[in-house]
Amino acid sequence: MNLASLSAGYLRARPLQTTLSLLLLALGAGTIVTLLLVVGQLESRMGRDARGIDLVVGAKGSPMQLILSGIYHADAPTGNIPLAAVGTLQKNRFVRKAIPLALGDSWKGYRIVGAGREYLEHYGTEFSSGKAHEKPMEAVLGYEVAARTGVGVGGRFAGAHGIGGEGNEHAEAPYTVVGVLARNDSVLDRLVLTSIESVWHVHEEHQGPQDEQDRKAMRDDREVTVVLVQYASPLAAAMLPRQINSQSELQAASPAYETARLFRIVGAGIEALRAFAAVLIVAAGLSVFIALYTALEERRYDLAVMRTLGASPARLFGLLLAEGLVLALAGALLGLALGHALAAALGAWLEAQQQYPVSGLVFRIEELWVLAVALGVGLVASLIPAWRAYRTDVSRTLAQG
Amino acid sequence: MIAVRNLAHSYDGSRALALAQWEAAAGSRWLVLGPSGCGKTTLLHILAGLIRPAAGEVSVFQTDLLSLKGSRLDQWRGNNVGIVLQALHLVPHLSVRDNLRLAQYLARAPQHDAAVDEALGALGVADKAARRPHQLSQGEQQRVAVARAVVNRPKLLLADEPTASLDDAAAARAVELLIGAAERRQATLVVATHDSRVKRYFSNTLQL
Repeated sequence: MNLASLSAGYLRARPLQTTLSLLLLALGAGTIVTLLLVVGQLESRMGRDARGIDLVVGAKGSPMQLILSGIYHADAPTGNIPLAAVGTLQKNRFVRKAIPLALGDSWKGYRIVGAGREYLEHYGTEFSSGKAHEKPMEAVLGYEVAARTGVGVGGRFAGAHGIGGEGNEHAEAPYTVVGVLARNDSVLDRLVLTSIESVWHVHEEHQGPQDEQDRKAMRDDREVTVVLVQYASPLAAAMLPRQINSQSELQAASPAYETARLFRIVGAGIEALRAFAAVLIVAAGLSVFIALYTALEERRYDLAVMRTLGASPARLFGLLLAEGLVLALAGALLGLALGHALAAALGAWLEAQQQYPVSGLVFRIEELWVLAVALGVGLVASLIPAWRAYRTDVSRTLAQG
Repeated sequence: MIAVRNLAHSYDGSRALALAQWEAAAGSRWLVLGPSGCGKTTLLHILAGLIRPAAGEVSVFQTDLLSLKGSRLDQWRGNNVGIVLQALHLVPHLSVRDNLRLAQYLARAPQHDAAVDEALGALGVADKAARRPHQLSQGEQQRVAVARAVVNRPKLLLADEPTASLDDAAAARAVELLIGAAERRQATLVVATHDSRVKRYFSNTLQL
């Protein structure tokens, strides 16, 4: 017999009220933990995808769309820009790196990205098999693409026009897989990489039979979709976007600014969920309070008897506090488990949608705060019942029966 | 021994107890008699250190109860006094064994299951150890309550109206249980009652 087993015994003796309190606390804590895990992982993942990219340059349109399509490959591109713009950018003294990407096709829902080797190097990728693409129509599969499609080195596939996986197949120009990337925990896991020339090639083939003059015209009109830019100096942040945006056909968007804007928009929903979780936790505290307080009446003889058996008032106080705390701890732990389970379920769903993967097996230091808040709620909720127990007039109670 | 002098206590201004002098030798058996409201329960509660008398001196086995304060008085009670209440008040959701373990835990006594089993065995309810109080008969509950009162080997065993609402045979058994338990532990037994049926078991009586 000890304080924990004694208080747990009293909690078991009131299964309905105990379950209600546990449930409210678990739902509240679980919601907060789910938010922590999902938002935290999305933020860190988006941060990782955008690391080292200070500016995305593309066709005019929505800057957020430009970021979403150029960095995260989660939206349709805003359009194309002339290939000549890449050269101009690379020569700009504010630019350290300028990585051009050619977008627009997909395979089984995975984006096909035409990019040079510097794109792979930017993300520090390694190959789990094969090598980087060199010749046109060679492709490298991201980790997740290879794992999900089961296609490996030597496999052949045809891209589809468009990014929804529903466009016309470019069956006349199939790709050959020459490499598979190791897991990179970045957007590259979900991409099919090829050379920019391959993307041009596919689309030029698509135009049907042409004479040499047409081909030359097309070569002169070659375009890319976006250019990922890394600044050469802090001064570039002040100068470069203005320079680019003043050109009629180009637009520059800052990933830091646009993702912050995105999170501000999504943030309202997250705040609402957080407030809802807080209400649940307050309700749980009230439930703990009411459970302990109403039970005092039927327990007053138990408490008096405990005094006759040698318990001091302080120990009765401690017993009631322990009940509140045991309840809060159990509810919070249940909530943590629930939060991780929900995050894992959400992660499985997102993965099936070829979206950002979210894991339920990640732990965050903030979860300890959730635990601390839950214990605090349990403590506060049991203070008044504990005080009443402390004040039990043992002699008078026993004299009554 | 127990020594009481010039004891007086009152509740809300009305006198509840007045006792000029009383002494009880260690190991003796006492019956405190008197009509309802004469202060029998008050005297037991004072002897147990549950209430502090308004005036007087109380010494129980060389311990001046008025000098013990707060949790030290509670600790003393847990180690030295066993109390059997009229309504028994076993903790309902704890098993019989856990009710006795509770007494050990709250008295901060070592938790020996051997002592629990011995106390239950001596009162003939060893086979009921795993039961809940409500699964027992009234007589069995009484035995468990006595076992709980003596599990910490108290020097003083107090019982408040142990025979009220019992028939003659049950009343006799209840008193015999208390006397037997007190004798095995060489404890001083003080029984407060208005029930004159139990007089013959006691050589010493205190009339209030």
